[in-house]
Amino acid sequence: MEQSVNYLGLIPLFPLLGAVLIGLLHVFTCNRTKLPEKVYGILACVGPVLSFVMALKVFVALKGLPPESRFLVHKAFTWFSVGDLHINMGFLADPLSCLMLLFVTFIGSLIHIYSIGYMGGDKNYGKFFAYMNLFLGSMLVLVLGDGPVVMFVGWEGVGLCSYLLISFYSEDRSNVLAGNKAFIVNRVGDLGFVLGMSFLFWAIGAQGFDYLSLKAHVNDPAMTQGVLLTVCLLLFVGATGKSAQIPLYVWLPDAMAGPTPVSALIHAATMVTAGVYMVARFSFLYAEVALAGSIVAWVGILTALLAAIFGMFQEDIKKVLAYSTVSQLGYMFAGVGVAAYSAGIFHVFTHAFFKALLFLGAGSVIYALHHEQNIWKMGGLKNKMPKTYVTMVIGALALAGCPPFSGFFSKDEILYSALATGHFGIWAVGVLVAGMTAYYTFRMIFVVFHGEPRDHHAYEHAQESPAVMTVPLIILAVGALFAGLLNLPAIFGGDQIVSHWLAPSVTEHHPHAGVFVEILAIGASVVAFAIGIKIAYAKFGKGAPEPSFTGFADFAYHKFYVDELYDKVIVQPYKAIGSSIWKVIEPNVTDAPVKGVARLYMVLGTAFKVFQVGYVRVYALYMVLGLSLMSLLLSQSLN
Amino acid sequence: MMHCYLYLSIILFCLGIIGVIARRNVFTVFMSVELMLNAANLAFITFSRVHESMDGHVLAMMVMAVAAAEAALALAVVILLHKHKSKLDTNVFSLLKG
Repeated sequence: MEQSVNYLGLIPLFPLLGAVLIGLLHVFTCNRTKLPEKVYGILACVGPVLSFVMALKVFVALKGLPPESRFLVHKAFTWFSVGDLHINMGFLADPLSCLMLLFVTFIGSLIHIYSIGYMGGDKNYGKFFAYMNLFLGSMLVLVLGDGPVVMFVGWEGVGLCSYLLISFYSEDRSNVLAGNKAFIVNRVGDLGFVLGMSFLFWAIGAQGFDYLSLKAHVNDPAMTQGVLLTVCLLLFVGATGKSAQIPLYVWLPDAMAGPTPVSALIHAATMVTAGVYMVARFSFLYAEVALAGSIVAWVGILTALLAAIFGMFQEDIKKVLAYSTVSQLGYMFAGVGVAAYSAGIFHVFTHAFFKALLFLGAGSVIYALHHEQNIWKMGGLKNKMPKTYVTMVIGALALAGCPPFSGFFSKDEILYSALATGHFGIWAVGVLVAGMTAYYTFRMIFVVFHGEPRDHHAYEHAQESPAVMTVPLIILAVGALFAGLLNLPAIFGGDQIVSHWLAPSVTEHHPHAGVFVEILAIGASVVAFAIGIKIAYAKFGKGAPEPSFTGFADFAYHKFYVDELYDKVIVQPYKAIGSSIWKVIEPNVTDAPVKGVARLYMVLGTAFKVFQVGYVRVYALYMVLGLSLMSLLLSQSLN
Repeated sequence: MMHCYLYLSIILFCLGIIGVIARRNVFTVFMSVELMLNAANLAFITFSRVHESMDGHVLAMMVMAVAAAEAALALAVVILLHKHKSKLDTNVFSLLKG
């Protein structure tokens, strides 16, 4: 039933090898004459592009199989084998991982090409691409792994690379702190993931710990509702860390400290989509407990709401986009939470296009304005940067959910599923957030590109970015425009290709709620979009001065002081515990025996020192005395 | 009669020990070591005579050979020591003092 193909392992291997090669080149040349940037740029793009070609090959191979047996496996080697636990370094390609593969490698390649231009002139050019390749390779391991353990390898890999890349400009202390924050917050989530995995193994892992065996044993008597719920929620804790949901979303906006292509890679192709993918991957677990799904959906939609509120008041162009990502991730979790896994994954797919587009567009603006990120210092840029403007508007329309852009179809599919499965609260919040999304997205577009220039000096020097940066933008814009058509619902005459493609991988039941509900869902989304964009136009369309925030706006501008709250409630107590251990427990409890032993030997040493007089004749005396004593004893024992 | 030879051997050996321990001149120490070796040789010969075998003679010859080799080495060491500190007092060489 399943087919073994050995080229599956090559997909993550290409970028990983690229990372090693580029890293070594960089290490051996960084202190001497530098290699030309072209060498790194070309090397860096080879890995992702080859992976994309292999992903296409996987897609073709899967397409040639009948839908119910679309599995390709490859066991590279046995990783370890302890007791009941047998872990293979194995890879699995099924429709779900294949879809992820295609867009991760495609968008990853485009971002690499864009980075050649954006990072030009940076002194750590080689290091940057080594990390980027490693990042992509880890994500591919995560996607392709055939079991939770292999997934966890990739899971940790992307965590590490995000840390390395967020604090890439490490001269600035705040960037390093942002990297630390991302890494530490992710660790909290990872603990949940590890615990969930352990519970799963404890319950049904003995018969094989890969997805296919787990899926086959999900109805074992050991899997009671309680165990299932525990496993689902613990895994979801892992997902909230990686995919930036309440309460662990705080790292993602700070992750903007990294170079802009990194933000694009984190937000679009790798890292944050991992949580949604993981929930969809374990859909056979989540389908068994309705409560877990509801919790996932509510956490998701509340995150969407919270992040949308924050997004409406940000002044940093990248922070606006960061909160929009958190918000869209919330939608995805709402989707997978109401058991519409294909809708959630489809939103991941379309989101990858328009979010990569928006970030790269924002990067283009930042590049043109010499690293100015405050939107209140921009304005009127649409004449200076027409390509960036047009592509970003396309991305914004897709993000805001304007029909017929890609974001509309995927978001609408999620909201429709919520409504059809009877989650009215989630649907209502979702529609509200859709309106807010349209508002904050176009607030950004209007302020940056329309109206009068606010900073004339920067405006005069702004110019369109080079082709290596604009061509990926255009390709992504085409994707953002048309990706939605891949999953056109029946009401528009489509046949939901993506949903049918994913059907063998995920456990879901498509709700049939009738045309009226579907029209209601679509209508509400469109109206919300229209209202959001209208308010944004009324406030910012003709150019507006920098607002001063008061009351609620000020509260939201400071992100409800959540960071400060976490600092007071978690970070400071931890620091206090740490310093008390360091200042009280360590010197008195752990150090005492260690230092005591050292002191004992010192005293003994001083006592025996007197015998070491240094004169040869005294040593001869000791020898004579010792030998005499020995002879005496020997003669005694002989008698 | 044999006892006398053994007593002589013991006396010579003890003289050697006292010489090594009590004297400070490097040459005297060296000569005392030689004295101890010869005391041992005397004991060997005596016992060889008592047991009427040639084993003791063989060992005595070997000890002489070793003593000759040792003398060559020791004299070289003495020269080096003298070069180092221009003195032959063993108390000068006390680097190992604790």
